[in-house]
Amino acid sequence: MATDTNTKSMSLIVTKGSLDWAYPPFILATTAAAMGLNVTMFFTFYGLSLLKKKLDLKVTTLGNPAMEMPMFGMHIGMPNVVSAIPGVDAAASVMMKNLIKKKGVASIEELRDMALEADVKMIACQMTMDLFEYTPKDMIEGPVLGGAATYIETATKSDINLFI
Amino acid sequence: MADQVLDVKGLNCPLPILRAKKALKDVPMGNTLEVLATDPGAVKDFEAFCRTTGNELIESKQDNNVFSFVIKRTS
Repeated sequence: MATDTNTKSMSLIVTKGSLDWAYPPFILATTAAAMGLNVTMFFTFYGLSLLKKKLDLKVTTLGNPAMEMPMFGMHIGMPNVVSAIPGVDAAASVMMKNLIKKKGVASIEELRDMALEADVKMIACQMTMDLFEYTPKDMIEGPVLGGAATYIETATKSDINLFI
Repeated sequence: MADQVLDVKGLNCPLPILRAKKALKDVPMGNTLEVLATDPGAVKDFEAFCRTTGNELIESKQDNNVFSFVIKRTS
């Protein structure tokens, strides 16, 4: 399949590391791989934390007026001032994870494993590793280290390039 | 009657497609796989999946809240 010259390809730049933002890149990467595309993910800045061995992803209600959680039979948003109360983000994260489980949505760990299993190529941004003082020991096995040029080379050959 | 059946009821996007892709690998060429799902988004998704991967969607139907897709492995 990979040697087929008609094989389409997709690359994604993953820049965000919160629970909600982790979903789009992993859903699209695993699905594209399942549909026969060669997929490359470039993890940079906060997105790099999605490659850590142990994930403890969180959401924040701060500055997100579109975030409405289904509660008590209605949808409840969070004013910014509530987000500042200690424990609110932790509670929102727990609530989101419960919803995810209840609705049969995969966990990020599951999607990440499936991406690796489907031979999705992962590039961990070397500069971000230095900036945030991560070592390869902190990260899962599979991703290679690289920089902007490594990504650009892939992007020039890809049919679809996404920034998330 | 399909040669193999995959039950992904209760699972949400993109799991029905991912599980189906995995199951299709073990279906001999020309044989069929029936996928049972409850995700309404799967209707459009299985059409797109089959078109893109070159497999044949022989049947797509709904019985109450359960969707059934019969895929013939042709690629």
